[in-house]
Amino acid sequence: MTETTKTRTHSIDMSAMNREQKHLNIDAEVAALTVKDLSLKYGEKEALHSIDMIIPKKRVTAFIGPSGCGKSTLLRCFNRMNDLIDDCHISGEILLDNQNIYQKDVDVADLRRRVGMVFQKPNPFPKSIYENVAYGLRIQGIKKKRQIDETVEWALRSAALWNEVKDRLHESALGMSGGQQQRLVIARTIAVKPEVLLLDEPASALDPISTLKIEELIHELKNDFTIAIVTHNMQQAARVSDYTAFMYMGDMVEFGDTDQLFTNPGKKQTEDYITGRYG
Amino acid sequence: MKNSMNMNLNISLKDWVKSGAPFIWLNAGAVAISIIMVLGLMGFIASKGLVHFWPAAIVQAQYTLPGNEAVNIVGQITDSEMVSAEQLLAIGLKTPNGAIEAKRLLLKVGNRDVYGGDFRWVLEHHLTQQTLPQKAMAIERREWGNFYGFLGEVFEGTNKVADTKEDDVKAWQVFQSKIERALTIHDDIMDIQKGQIGSINYKIERLRLEERGLELDEQLTPKEVARLQSERDALNAQYAVHQITLSHLYEELERDHFTATEMTGQTVEIKMSEVVRAFRPNAMTAGEKISHYFSKLGEFLGSDPREANTEGGVFPAIFGTVLMVILMAIMVTPLGVVAAVYLREYAKQGFTTRVIRIAVNNLAGVPSIVYGVFGLGFFVYFLGGTIDELFFPESLPSPTFGTSGLLWASITLALLTLPVVIVATEEGLARIPRMIREGSLALGATKWETLTRVILPMASPAMMTGVILAVARAAGEVAPLMLVGVVKLAPTLPLNGNYPFLHLDQKFMHLGFHIYDVGFQSPNVEAARPLVYATALLLVIVIALLNLSAIYIRNHLREKYKSLEI
Repeated sequence: MTETTKTRTHSIDMSAMNREQKHLNIDAEVAALTVKDLSLKYGEKEALHSIDMIIPKKRVTAFIGPSGCGKSTLLRCFNRMNDLIDDCHISGEILLDNQNIYQKDVDVADLRRRVGMVFQKPNPFPKSIYENVAYGLRIQGIKKKRQIDETVEWALRSAALWNEVKDRLHESALGMSGGQQQRLVIARTIAVKPEVLLLDEPASALDPISTLKIEELIHELKNDFTIAIVTHNMQQAARVSDYTAFMYMGDMVEFGDTDQLFTNPGKKQTEDYITGRYG
Repeated sequence: MKNSMNMNLNISLKDWVKSGAPFIWLNAGAVAISIIMVLGLMGFIASKGLVHFWPAAIVQAQYTLPGNEAVNIVGQITDSEMVSAEQLLAIGLKTPNGAIEAKRLLLKVGNRDVYGGDFRWVLEHHLTQQTLPQKAMAIERREWGNFYGFLGEVFEGTNKVADTKEDDVKAWQVFQSKIERALTIHDDIMDIQKGQIGSINYKIERLRLEERGLELDEQLTPKEVARLQSERDALNAQYAVHQITLSHLYEELERDHFTATEMTGQTVEIKMSEVVRAFRPNAMTAGEKISHYFSKLGEFLGSDPREANTEGGVFPAIFGTVLMVILMAIMVTPLGVVAAVYLREYAKQGFTTRVIRIAVNNLAGVPSIVYGVFGLGFFVYFLGGTIDELFFPESLPSPTFGTSGLLWASITLALLTLPVVIVATEEGLARIPRMIREGSLALGATKWETLTRVILPMASPAMMTGVILAVARAAGEVAPLMLVGVVKLAPTLPLNGNYPFLHLDQKFMHLGFHIYDVGFQSPNVEAARPLVYATALLLVIVIALLNLSAIYIRNHLREKYKSLEI
């Protein structure tokens, strides 16, 4: 009971904090990722048309838009997840530390470590909770048990999961609830200390309480990570993000400060969408 | 009125069909029939095979065919059947009281050395004075099959030590103790012959090969010759010692004998060394019969065959079957898994992969004898011949790997079962959700790391399913094995104490082939028939056990990587 009350107060504090940070200016931000004239084709079908934008550092950027508008596709471009799809052609550039990630000599595995991703459905490996979080570390060749122990604890604490699982670290991750699994996946992703965290509808398969926990978590993680989140839920975008991009049919319609975009959208299409006239 | 009743019936029938109940009955019926068939098959084989080990009563009777003199007959009833009156009439006999049929019995009279055959059909209604004499004795011999008759006198050397006419109980005890003694000596002899002398022979043979090898390499210096000769002399000296022990043991073995009366009243002299087991089934208590049964069963499972495989045990065949299947599994699993991983994970999906899949599936349908022919031509003659020329020139012209053997049999069966493993593994790989792969890749793992750390462990239950199917198929194959490795009788096990312990070039025995051999190639079909059933039952049990252990491993893995569908 007390736990729930605490969470509530916390979430009120959060919205208060949000209000203080009003009137963000995208031009004043440092870019973590810069997207330049990015187009993407699945075979003959163009899914993204000439996108230009930046993902600002240590901010939360939300992508909204109707289904099939290309927001997930764009997110998957940031860590080259689209490479796995046959027949997918990309033109344009995405810069990470002034280097085009689509350049030929880029180490994709290293890129994906630097740009982590959490998917729509929780996808823990059929291993123990501990091994799930340690997975990325072991991949990097870290063998020192103490270092792994410490990082696992840090990641689980950061993902607000430590208190729930500290007594059953070596039990299978598949025995956890959906919300716990998703937070475990987030812990697994941040354990390798990525620079950018991509969240592809991370709460869409979860119940409201778990969704709230994930949103709180995003707020916490903002201090250390650059976050890009795709969501169907406009309230969620409004609650968690600093900047919001509205996409429609593969185009970036509007991108700017979240409060601005929701209270005073610059384009008719955006207004129609956020007021629920279509989508 | 009648019409409406008809309608009612129609409707209710329709409803019944609609309700799905008939379909459920149909399904349940199919399951029931399957179960009955399996149980019936097992039950039939078991009932035919397992009674063989039971000490059946020995019947003594007078057999009088019309117009012939009465003969005394002693034996175990092993079978019975009905014959029609016409059949009997054709040989000038009649049924009792003009009945349509008469019963005839198959008596195992044994004493093949005297009568020429072990079995005899007799018409039941011509048997008179049937008795079950308490003192009737059955003797299992190393040669010439069983002997039935009555014990006479027991001799130690040339001295008579017991006589049934004087004291039957004591004579029987003395008789049993003499048999026991002979069996112990026989075991010792076998130990020395198979163990020590076998090992010495093996070493001498290796020395010969070493010498020939050096000779071929033109490195046979006088020093080497002297060394080899000295080693050979040492071995020959050991051999001579064993030979002396052996001749002494043989003398001991042949010391005792006994006399027995067989059914025609003739008295014969039999050496103790020829006896494997002697018992009086009619005098045995139920407990004794049970312990006799299990000792016979133990002999069947644990000892070598005797008398052209029609007596004794099938241990080398069990051993060969299991070893061959295990080797096959060790070979087919990595190969199949690697092929499936390439096909599913690395190869670009398209026309070529489709063709390869079709080809693999078709391979599963090729008759096994074709694999046998291929194995003989390619593995044995071509590969084996080449290996012999390259690595074993010293033993030519006698082949080492250039003849059928354990290795080639395992490889041929591995080839035969490869499609099963590939298909099962591919299905397992296809079932792993994309999400899991992406999750691993998104953490900075390469495709190889994703495969080895996540995908393959998760697909391991499917691989085990492939192995289970492969084992089930391979263990039951006989046809290809006849071409590439099994023999009727292998003198030594392919896994023994002689370096290098596992002899992949050796021929081996196999339960499936044993059934074929005992059933069709045996000189004594009637005697062998129960063994055919018992061996068949054993083969089914061995396959079931191999499968169960594979299933156990798979379930263990499944438990570990369960709930793929989140």
